[in-house]
Amino acid sequence: MDPDSTTTVEQKDEIEAIEIDLLLDGIYRRYGYDFRKYASASIRRRIWKFAEQEKLATISAVQEAVLHEPSMMDRFVLSLTVNVTTMFRDPAFFLALRTEVIPILKTYPMIRIWDAGCATGEEAYSMAIVLKEEGIYDRCRIYATDMNEDVLRKAKTGIFPLSHMKEFTDNYIQSGGKNSFSEYYTAKYDYAIINQELRQNIIFAQHNLVTDKSFNEFNLVLIRNVLIYFNEELRGKVLDLLHESMASFGILALGKRESLKFSRLESAYEELDSAMKLYKRCA
Amino acid sequence: MSYKLIIIGCSLGGLSATKTLLAGISDDCMVPIILIQHREQKAEVSMDNVLTNMMQRYTKRQIEEAEDKTPLRLNHIYLAPADYHLLIERECVALSADEPVTYARPSIDVAFDSAARTYGSGVIGVILTGASRDGADGAASIEKRGGLIIVQDPLAAESNTLPKAALAATKNPKIMQLEEIGPYISNIVREGGASRASRATS
Ligand SMILES: C[S@@+](CC[C@H](N)C(=O)[O-])C[C@H]1O[C@@H](n2cnc3c(N)ncnc32)[C@H](O)[C@@H]1O
Repeated sequence: MDPDSTTTVEQKDEIEAIEIDLLLDGIYRRYGYDFRKYASASIRRRIWKFAEQEKLATISAVQEAVLHEPSMMDRFVLSLTVNVTTMFRDPAFFLALRTEVIPILKTYPMIRIWDAGCATGEEAYSMAIVLKEEGIYDRCRIYATDMNEDVLRKAKTGIFPLSHMKEFTDNYIQSGGKNSFSEYYTAKYDYAIINQELRQNIIFAQHNLVTDKSFNEFNLVLIRNVLIYFNEELRGKVLDLLHESMASFGILALGKRESLKFSRLESAYEELDSAMKLYKRCA
Repeated sequence: MSYKLIIIGCSLGGLSATKTLLAGISDDCMVPIILIQHREQKAEVSMDNVLTNMMQRYTKRQIEEAEDKTPLRLNHIYLAPADYHLLIERECVALSADEPVTYARPSIDVAFDSAARTYGSGVIGVILTGASRDGADGAASIEKRGGLIIVQDPLAAESNTLPKAALAATKNPKIMQLEEIGPYISNIVREGGASRASRATS
């Protein structure tokens, strides 16, 4: 008999929920990556997308493949987390950074910045350009971290497809850029290489926000479009970690549709610019 | 049946349809309402807050563009922001920047399907005018899990591709004129609330 004909939709949903729990538990025990508290509706979709790409029929089959083949696990991590990013993503944010945050940073002799969830590095390089134009890059250290080593490898090269430069340039101009964007890279074949002088104060390193600890104290923390991966409980935990890593009156920057509202840190920060999701630690 | 969530899907041309629908839902209809409307990248009405401000005039409920992890409040209306998928978790809205699904982000299918999986038979899904079939599979997902699907009469819809596709994808949809939908929903939500109350007192 076809098992499908007797299994109700509710039962199938329940079986699937069990399979997802087992898969994520297994991955945590085998590889140490902890996806168990990621936002459940999204992670479910991503797991299925991965299953389709790999031509696996069930989530149990994904579990088997991922547990036995580390290369499969690498691909799984990529498909679960990687997301496109661009230079000067949400140009209005970078404009606000220039006008509202830079004046505060300028008052410090040494400035530490954490770009958490930096992906392929576009955000960190954009920051570097802003800091350079504002004349404080030499006083800055940008720690750009991500849990995923593949994207970090790309980030470190500072090489981007030349075809992206049109978009990057448009964003740069809208973000209040002061020069010609083409001064910041050298074109070679189909690629653009970011200038060495922009790269020298950026430290790319692996850091998992779920399983690793606070490692320094920062005047500015950017965590944009990363908290949306997490469920409410995990978001709270990660925000606590960022809070621990925040210097007094440090500034926190979130993604365009993320907010501190309804989180337990809401009262520990004041809004510097609510539309641009810029917050300042109260003490 | 006691309903927990109303979710509405339409494409950009659905602005006037949405206004009519929202105006027809009575103020005492105490469930969160989610609105998934396709937006055009560069269109004026896709800009932040333009759409919510336009629609706010037609309803007393607070209407807001959803942010990630916005809790679902009973008498609020949440509009999916441009360029993100909106998914429903137990207590809140979750956004995702994953790739567009059938060219759409927000995708009606993604939102409807997640609503169905979270709230099962507690969902009322409403399909209005739409120029693509995004939303039809989501409607089927809601129906399969015991929720109710209402489809605007394709003959009267500005664009009938979505209503037709939704009718083809579901078994027991209610076909209605735009003006009827709000009052009908208000009624069944109220009845659900009443039967819950009577159960509680008996
Ligand atoms: C959409 S990208 C954000 C890139 C950039 N911040 C932006 O806004 O364009 C999200 C990044 O978060 C990373 N990420 C997801 N979970 C993480 C975790 N637990 N710890 C550190 N990084 C994580 C992913 O690997 C991915 O590179």
